[in-house]
Amino acid sequence: MKQIYSLLILSFCYLQAFSQEPNYGQVSGNFALDAQYYIADSTINAQNVPEKTRMNTFANINYTLGKFSTGFRYEAYMKPLLGFLPGWEGQGIMYRYAQFTDDKFDVTIGSFYEQFGSGMILRAYEERALGYDNMFDGARVKFNPYKGVYLKGLYGKQRLFWRLADGVVRGADAEVNLNEMLDSVMGRMKTKFILGASFVSRYQNPADVNYVMPANVGSFATRLNIIRDKWNVSGEYVYKINDPSADNKFIYKNGQGLLLQFNYATKGFGLSLSGKYIDNMSFRSDRYEGFTNVFINFNPALTRPHTYNLAATLYPYACQPTGEIAFQGELNYKFQKGTLLGGKYGANLAVNYSYANGLDTTTFSPEKDSARMGYSSRFFGPGSNKYFRDFNIEFRKKVSDKFKFVLMYIYLEYDMEIVQNLIGKGTIYSHIGVADLNYKIDKKNNIRVEVQHLYTQQDKGSWATVLVEYTRSPHWFIGALSQYNYGNEVEAQRVNYPYLTVGYIQNSTRITMGYGKQREGLFCVGGVCRAVPASNGFTLSITSSF
Amino acid sequence: MFAFSATKIDPSSVDGNKRKVPAVKVKTLDGGTFNMADVANGGKPIVISFWATWCSPCKKELENMAEVYEDWQKETGVKIIAISIDDARNASKVKPYIVSKGLPYDVYIDENQDFKRAMNVNNVPHTFLVDGEGHIIWDHNNYSEGDEEHLYEEIKKIAGK
Repeated sequence: MKQIYSLLILSFCYLQAFSQEPNYGQVSGNFALDAQYYIADSTINAQNVPEKTRMNTFANINYTLGKFSTGFRYEAYMKPLLGFLPGWEGQGIMYRYAQFTDDKFDVTIGSFYEQFGSGMILRAYEERALGYDNMFDGARVKFNPYKGVYLKGLYGKQRLFWRLADGVVRGADAEVNLNEMLDSVMGRMKTKFILGASFVSRYQNPADVNYVMPANVGSFATRLNIIRDKWNVSGEYVYKINDPSADNKFIYKNGQGLLLQFNYATKGFGLSLSGKYIDNMSFRSDRYEGFTNVFINFNPALTRPHTYNLAATLYPYACQPTGEIAFQGELNYKFQKGTLLGGKYGANLAVNYSYANGLDTTTFSPEKDSARMGYSSRFFGPGSNKYFRDFNIEFRKKVSDKFKFVLMYIYLEYDMEIVQNLIGKGTIYSHIGVADLNYKIDKKNNIRVEVQHLYTQQDKGSWATVLVEYTRSPHWFIGALSQYNYGNEVEAQRVNYPYLTVGYIQNSTRITMGYGKQREGLFCVGGVCRAVPASNGFTLSITSSF
Repeated sequence: MFAFSATKIDPSSVDGNKRKVPAVKVKTLDGGTFNMADVANGGKPIVISFWATWCSPCKKELENMAEVYEDWQKETGVKIIAISIDDARNASKVKPYIVSKGLPYDVYIDENQDFKRAMNVNNVPHTFLVDGEGHIIWDHNNYSEGDEEHLYEEIKKIAGK
């Protein structure tokens, strides 16, 4: 902590030197608080919480003066809300930084977040609502030596709750926008070319009881993006040398991955296609870590992040960084005004299909595998293990000034054993239907009703959900949600989960209160999820920024 | 933290010291780089709306504003900028969504959320109103049907209408 304060004081001494000038700089920040009062409830398996209440909170304070900025974030988890890893318990300042930015240079010391390319080789980011924060602590330099040429270098350790992980990470990235660089020749070309390459290396003490560990593990990636009016094609390839870890059960096989994306867009029609191959690409600052801790790279699922409750929180897919092959296609079509389906206001159709399988691998028998390579795999070859399928179709239409609706159908296949690591759960086959009806009473008042149904014969069986939401713009909202697990095989577990919320918004401040039962599920933001256990009680959430 | 109190700054009390849009680089849809501090609209107001392809209320806001955007522009000259915080998983869906829906905005991608952090955004949707000189005048962290009317009242105030 002493170091943190001396860094801050140093920063402010610098600022004080400038305080004679009329520009005092600007302070800004944000604040969030989430608290919950828990009531034990055996009918929904809500555990007894001895403290009764728990709270997560944080505030960011940033100060900017011209090209200089500095700031910190205070966080407190007393104790962390259920569903957050227990390692979060505590309070203090881990994130603090000082940064200098001008047209060509950007230097940061202290904490920072960074992404190289699509993140397949390196991505540090935070999603506080998920308890995900793999920030770097160290130094980073960004340099723009010539038009269209962007260089980045970083050196640091990653955050693991309230300490830094053992490994030291070094990384460099170069991106060249050919059209910007050669603007006299290519500046007016309709086709844009962007090339990139990265190198990342982790050092960790090789001492290990069982194995001879590589002290340094290197990884490189290269990427290309070609854009022409309506078309966009991009690809990134990543390779990592042997990195025995808890994730890959300490094998010495090299890792690799490939991401290909294509999209086409014109008025009324949009198409995006993508494919991804990932083999032994779990890359962390500490080879012994698990969960979502200290990942150096980012391996998101290539699926549609659903927003309707049952589809979003019961069976969302998560990428398997040890090995998977995935494809996704999405089509958006707009029925223009005046057509049969379009009517007076037009209508929209979206169709999405996602696919994820295990790799086509051959496992070596231990006696013939003295080098501990583990298995061999076919490049970009899908295996027979089905991890996930999602076919969904969504139709949105505005009928009149007052009324609009969304209809959606989703078909899911979800290997619960693989995705959630729940042995014996097998694969879930499920059909989901959603009707989302919106009635605008007048300029300020609006009522929305959501009816959802999930049919399955596996896991907990079928569910029905009704949500009624009333909003009064711009300040108030009130919602009532009921989720009924009527199809549960066990009669005693056919439980209804009612939940009420009230919210008030004033500019950047938002206060939400909730009361009722929440079922266990997965809470996802942008496709990264955390497990939320069942609970019963009050919740309070306040967010604000200034 | 005591060092902060020593600076004795309250930006809201210092006239003309309203916060400006910070200098953070974001990506354009054709792969270029744009510095957000360079946003300009010839002295007319600018709306900056944070959104993501997986956020339903965000998309409602963008689509509802599109219906009245022409009228707003005629009246006040306002420009709307949509900042997508989609990561690598969904960033390639941004352009097909925007173009196929015909949403007439300047769209940028804030892939690792640097601009989101610099603007102290907790969650999306979060909408900011910026005056002709680049000062942040007003913001709102939500979208409910009809909120665009309230935003438009604020736009008219700074456009002098």
